[in-house]
Amino acid sequence: MADLSKTADIPANATTDLTAAAPEAAVAELPPALVAQSLGGYVRAYVARIRAGESGVLPIVVAMIAIVVVFQAISPNHVYLSAGNLVNLFQQSAVIMVLAMAEGFVLVLGEIDLSVGFVGACGAAVTVQLVQPATTNWPWPLAIVAGLAFCLVFGGIQGLLITRLRLPSFIVTLAGYLVANGLFLKILLFGPFSGYPNLIGQSDNLHLIYQLMWGTIDPITSWIATGVVVAGLGLLIWLADSRRRSSGLVAPPASVTLIKIGFIAVVAIVVVGICNFNRGVLIVQEGVPWVIPIVLAILGAWTVLLGRTKYGRYVYAIGGNPEAARRAGINLSLVRTTAFMLCSFTAGIGLLLYASLLNGMSNNVQAGYYVLYAVAAAVIGGTSLMGGRGKPLHGVLGGLVIGAIYNGMYLLQLSFEWQYIVTGLVLLAAIIIDAVSRRGSASGSVTRI
Amino acid sequence: MTAAVAQSQATVEPLLKIRELDKHFGPVQALYHVDLDIPPGQVTALCGDNGAGKTVLTKCIAGIYQVDHGEISWEGRPVHIHNARDSARLGIETVYQDLALADNLDIVQNMFLGRERLRNGLLDEDSMERAAAETLSSLRVTTVKSIRQPVASLSGGQRQSVAVAKAVMWNSKLVIMDEPTAALGVVQTRQVLDLITRLRDKGLAVMVISHNLNDVFEVADRIAVLYLGRMAVQDKASNFDRQSVVEYMTTGGLGRSGGRSVKDS
Repeated sequence: MADLSKTADIPANATTDLTAAAPEAAVAELPPALVAQSLGGYVRAYVARIRAGESGVLPIVVAMIAIVVVFQAISPNHVYLSAGNLVNLFQQSAVIMVLAMAEGFVLVLGEIDLSVGFVGACGAAVTVQLVQPATTNWPWPLAIVAGLAFCLVFGGIQGLLITRLRLPSFIVTLAGYLVANGLFLKILLFGPFSGYPNLIGQSDNLHLIYQLMWGTIDPITSWIATGVVVAGLGLLIWLADSRRRSSGLVAPPASVTLIKIGFIAVVAIVVVGICNFNRGVLIVQEGVPWVIPIVLAILGAWTVLLGRTKYGRYVYAIGGNPEAARRAGINLSLVRTTAFMLCSFTAGIGLLLYASLLNGMSNNVQAGYYVLYAVAAAVIGGTSLMGGRGKPLHGVLGGLVIGAIYNGMYLLQLSFEWQYIVTGLVLLAAIIIDAVSRRGSASGSVTRI
Repeated sequence: MTAAVAQSQATVEPLLKIRELDKHFGPVQALYHVDLDIPPGQVTALCGDNGAGKTVLTKCIAGIYQVDHGEISWEGRPVHIHNARDSARLGIETVYQDLALADNLDIVQNMFLGRERLRNGLLDEDSMERAAAETLSSLRVTTVKSIRQPVASLSGGQRQSVAVAKAVMWNSKLVIMDEPTAALGVVQTRQVLDLITRLRDKGLAVMVISHNLNDVFEVADRIAVLYLGRMAVQDKASNFDRQSVVEYMTTGGLGRSGGRSVKDS
């Protein structure tokens, strides 16, 4: 009866000239990909969008250039842009990137998780303790699974408290932060390690976890792998975009698709090129650290999860309008709780990389700091604190910015006092960016006037 | 059964038939012995003053509230609607006043929210975009610049159109609209009224809850008036004029206004 394809029975005069009613909208409010038919149109739409305050990744690019120029100028012996330091920078940023991707899950929901640092640290400490040959000597895969399982459970409990008892995530995770901090110190005290279980030793299990951060892929393999990955990704993007173009769906012009693929290729070549430069002083030291493909794998997995699955769609829907999501039959508690679990899980990976970076776990772990870095990185990258907007890629880009600042301060041997002050200012800057970009932004947040 | 506009409703079996429906919340009797017929291919306007029970009745039909007593028949068969899913399965879709759209999602994503199509376990964006575009163009919603623009960038009328399109996409047979023009300007109200007419012309039953008698008389084929939880009257729109509807809304009957003191607050 209600055959929707049957349009013929609509009286012709039913067509109203609706164009008159179009709001003066705002081509500028739309992503350029939606309105542009050609490369020129794309560029014009992009410029219009920046003028309207929807700047996209532009602030990050500008910030990155400024940071690099300043630190290159003032770092001792202008060492900032040397291959050795850049690889260092990648490694230090990796931890922040992964934590920012973790935080992204809950930020998109409009929640926050302050416990990521210490929950992740607990997980990493569990793993590092379990592989110790002197005590348990578990094989590394089992130890990693155990550590991440701890994080999942901890995140699940926090998620249940937040969804079932309707407690604010800020308070629950603040409590979680303290509890996890205590648990972390307890876990460290196990075994004969004086609270410092490390990864130094002959055991293969220890060595593998050490290698997460310090192991490298030799230049030839890494170039081949890069070629395969970039070509595969480029082909996928090209096929998807051209299929959409040919079937009349919304798609960017071919030239833009090509530029996108070219950009990915250039970034990949530059990064791999830097890593394959001999950065050793006395011995040859070159190759891509394992941590880079690890971070990219997490980025890829979480991008697919958030962007291409029902689950991800529901996360955004809840962040945008929980009531709409509820009426659409979405199980809000389930999605929220799983998001907190995924957040803690990802944080576990992040802190495992940190343990590898520091060659062990100790009570010096700056987990409190790292929470702030993670939130700041996600927000600087473009994730909204108000929910509804954000991607894993934002965490990676923001993490690179924070890592670049952190690395620069490290090179300058800045005292702790200054590091605290700079961290605070960076967090403040991130929130200001969020507030400014939300003002007059179309795709921004829940709050709409 | 015909989907064409049937002015002689006597010959048309009502799509939805409600008999003696009761609903109370604690000591408050919100609906009392309510009867309502909603025929296909017609627009039924549900009027009533604040607190008359319009929203409660809507939510009973939509499965948000459970009825206490009474019969609901759908296409001639008695049915029990226990939750929103039941009503959706029958083909009842409700467009609430707040529209329930996620601002950060685009039009396609909103239209398919909760019923996404999958291919190989991943979202099938292409097929969803095609279906959404088809529905929108069948409703002649043509003002949107791009079907991929976030709903936040749409005007009030466009948002209402998207919400309606979302409702009719699921082969629904009855679309209930709660105050669809309440927050809209003149031009956008026009868009929405045209949209309601188009739904009727497609053979759908439409139930519009409205305070605005201009809108009611413009689109409604039938008018039903609730007064303090009772169905005061329901009949063809041509049997009413503005004055009589107002009288039913405020006093529950004709010529009773002198007898009882009715205070507007």
